Amino acid sequence: MTDFAPGIVVERDFPDAARDALANTQLRRNIGKATNTIRAKRLKVVGEMPDWQELREAGRQIKAQVARHLDTHLLKLEEAVTAAGGRVHWARDGEEANRIIGEILARHGAREVLKIKSLTTDETGLNSALAQRGISAIETDLAEVIVQLGEDRSSHILVPAIHRNRAEIREIFKRKLAGTENLSDEPAELAGAARRYLREKFLTVPFAISGANFAVAETGSVAIFESEGNGRMCLTLPKVLISLMGIEKVIPSWRDMEVFLQTLPRSSTAERMNPYNSVWSGTRAGEGPEEFHLVLLDNGRTDVLADEPARETLACIRCSACLNVCPVYERTGGHAYGSTYPGPIGAILTPQLNQPGPAETLPYASSLCGACFEACPVKIDIPRILVHLRGKIVGRKKETLAGKFSGEAIAMAAMARIFGSARLFELAQKSAVIGQKPFVRGNVIPSLPGPMAGWTAMRDVTPVPKQSFRQWWRAERGAESSAKPGGSA
Amino acid sequence: MQVSLFISCFNDTLFPQTGQAVVSVLERLGHSVDFPMEQTCCGQMHLNSGYRDETVGLMRRFLDVFEPCDVIVCPSSSCVSTVRTSYPRLAREMGDAELIRRTDALAGKVFEFSEFLVRKLGVEDVGAYYPHRVTYHPTCNSLRALKITDAALALLRNVRGLELIELPKSEECCGFGGTFAVKNADTSIAMLTDKLANIRSTQAEVCTAVDNSCLMHIAGGLSRERSGRRALHLAEILASTEEGMRQ
Amino acid sequence: MSEARTAILERIRSALRDVPPGEDASTDGVERAFHRRGEPGTPETVARFAERAAAYKVSVSECDSAGAGAAIHEILERRGHRRMVTAEDLPQAFVPHGCDVIVDHGLTFAEIAAADGVLTTCATAIAETGTIVLDHGEGQGRRALTLLPDYHLCIVETDRVVSLVPEAVARMEPSVKAGRPLTFISGPSATSDIELNRVEGVHGPRTLDVLIVRS
Repeated sequence: MTDFAPGIVVERDFPDAARDALANTQLRRNIGKATNTIRAKRLKVVGEMPDWQELREAGRQIKAQVARHLDTHLLKLEEAVTAAGGRVHWARDGEEANRIIGEILARHGAREVLKIKSLTTDETGLNSALAQRGISAIETDLAEVIVQLGEDRSSHILVPAIHRNRAEIREIFKRKLAGTENLSDEPAELAGAARRYLREKFLTVPFAISGANFAVAETGSVAIFESEGNGRMCLTLPKVLISLMGIEKVIPSWRDMEVFLQTLPRSSTAERMNPYNSVWSGTRAGEGPEEFHLVLLDNGRTDVLADEPARETLACIRCSACLNVCPVYERTGGHAYGSTYPGPIGAILTPQLNQPGPAETLPYASSLCGACFEACPVKIDIPRILVHLRGKIVGRKKETLAGKFSGEAIAMAAMARIFGSARLFELAQKSAVIGQKPFVRGNVIPSLPGPMAGWTAMRDVTPVPKQSFRQWWRAERGAESSAKPGGSA
Repeated sequence: MQVSLFISCFNDTLFPQTGQAVVSVLERLGHSVDFPMEQTCCGQMHLNSGYRDETVGLMRRFLDVFEPCDVIVCPSSSCVSTVRTSYPRLAREMGDAELIRRTDALAGKVFEFSEFLVRKLGVEDVGAYYPHRVTYHPTCNSLRALKITDAALALLRNVRGLELIELPKSEECCGFGGTFAVKNADTSIAMLTDKLANIRSTQAEVCTAVDNSCLMHIAGGLSRERSGRRALHLAEILASTEEGMRQ
Repeated sequence: MSEARTAILERIRSALRDVPPGEDASTDGVERAFHRRGEPGTPETVARFAERAAAYKVSVSECDSAGAGAAIHEILERRGHRRMVTAEDLPQAFVPHGCDVIVDHGLTFAEIAAADGVLTTCATAIAETGTIVLDHGEGQGRRALTLLPDYHLCIVETDRVVSLVPEAVARMEPSVKAGRPLTFISGPSATSDIELNRVEGVHGPRTLDVLIVRS
């Protein structure tokens, strides 16, 4: 089985990982096709909602309330789940969550456990932690099956195998599943193969693990949104069910579901409603699992909560709309982000759940184009948070000697000094005209050294003209300008 | 109307002809333009790169220079967006009541050039003549932060002789993104390559926009193609007339 | 209580020092300016439900209450389904005739899975999204019933059809508060995991028929 635990430890700088991804034409074609398809679908189902902006705003407000009173809502949730016959566990980090889940399964002597697609368990690296205990986790979401059998890694929040096309999937199935010698590459046939492979597991394995899309504090109800029915199988048939959720997934009241039942499906699968949504509260005689455990995971989330300008990161409902509209994600795919959480939301969430290191390159993996903010169903201002995180990184670097005297820090300080005075600015303009001389060829600068080499790899640079605007103005209108308001300070 | 020009450091240094075009159009429409000579930079690059302390200094300076002005017009949507959106937010993050008041007041009187013409002056036809095939790239700040694409397109539709061709996938970023183009040069280039292909598909001679920073990025790529296709700021198209044909 | 619980709660409280003590924690004050009231049960609402359910490849038919028995019989004949599972409290008017009815008095999963299909009513239905909602109350059976068979025929009485999602959420509030599970069903099971092509029928019932009964 694959071993990428835990899923949020970034190992490579984004620009390096992106360079490799950009060179993979198959990946580019698969991701480009998929993101363009889902963008058009999303625009259609969002476009038919005249009250979409009001729904986004309500979602934002609900999630803001969740964050501002997280302790209250979690305690209420704990009380309600317990009253409904469930058991609540608290985990400070991924390792603790994995241990809690492992111990529950070990107590029951489990050798195999079914899994519904869950980002949070990928974040904690649960599958490999269970494997170390001799328990094999069986993924049941089709895309997760493809990823698991392909010994691969997820590259998208919603469609983990988005980077694979039908031909590649057929090859994976033929290698790993019995009775697939004559399998075609028709999606319906490929899905059929997965149905046969999993049916027997659903009916025989009495343990299941899920994540949670929402948990209602008021009623102790947990909600799972899905498409295939694998979720319903895992939530209904096994005897023991364990759900792992990030602490930010709690919502105060049942009524709040009226918002997310509308915004999540249209933003994620781009449907009016995804095929199945399940809601359950604890356990119930003669209906579903006999034992239910809810594991509440912190794993860095309280640090995000403490950083007020970045707090709204926790509002994310993991719909993946931001990935699908992101021009960077469209070209690099998800693996370049090196995390369970790729794309724009990953670029802000991953570094906040990580130690300083390669994850610090993620807030720069964006042109700040704003497409993510526009698409976000809970109005997370991702570009603003990217900039905020860049500020924190710069602040941290300034505290070290190497960082303080880095080329970038020196250049930025120098520019700020120049912009601090119109006289110095004009002087700099003039020096640029002289300084650029060795590089100008005709009307352009085709090549520059140092950090600007990346630019001129593919783009010419416009040379600085001899006369700046201010020089022209002074020459043409010099006398009148100084009389005008603000003309001279 | 008395209009104060905020040229932006980028245009001042690299694209003086854009500023000249703005002056020419506004004066043609009978307005009076002044240029506060003390202006330098709004701090956008520092802000977006995470250099907050430096940004705050430049913001204070900007306020000092432009506060006496009644109406401020700038031919760069990203700079307008910095002043209109980022300044008030930065002031709030700092929790400085006086700065909040000052930035809010300033935000209400700074306009992007095309926005100013159409939304403030109610002018869609500035009497321009530009007999070329042109496509319009809505830059991210003009499209999503300021939402002024309609204004720019209305102005272009009223330019005599101009053939406006719709740019496929126009809403996608060109890949500039300030320091993004350098820090993530490979991804930026991949984005630019697709933008260039879309521009090429329109067979337009000129790609126009309201931000010279994005246009310099696009022009830098077009120039490598040796197709003669070029990038030109909207103001320069609007400034050209039958009497004084400008390139 | 656990050490982790104490630690996490402490961390949350220290992270939220900017929140004034005594601030209302509920979401009662959230602006809900979106559409919340439609026209439950009207012919327009029912027609929209039928259209939107059909968009998921659900086969939708309609009859009046007197004709329900005949309509059910006709649908099952056409599908060729002979062995149908039902809940023990399925209203008599909807119990199919002319085929084997397997009433769930505690069937095993294998027995449920071996049936040709399942016939249920629903708790509510949403026109806007073409969704049927089960609260697994009267006529709907436990969750496994509508999951394991490959075919599901759902009876939707017109007075149960609401226009909008918020109306359905409000109608289901008593069920949720009573601890009942809910299942929202929008078309047959499907996946888009292969090149984002929607393929119907992965693990749940691959065919979903809806019979709208005018009440």
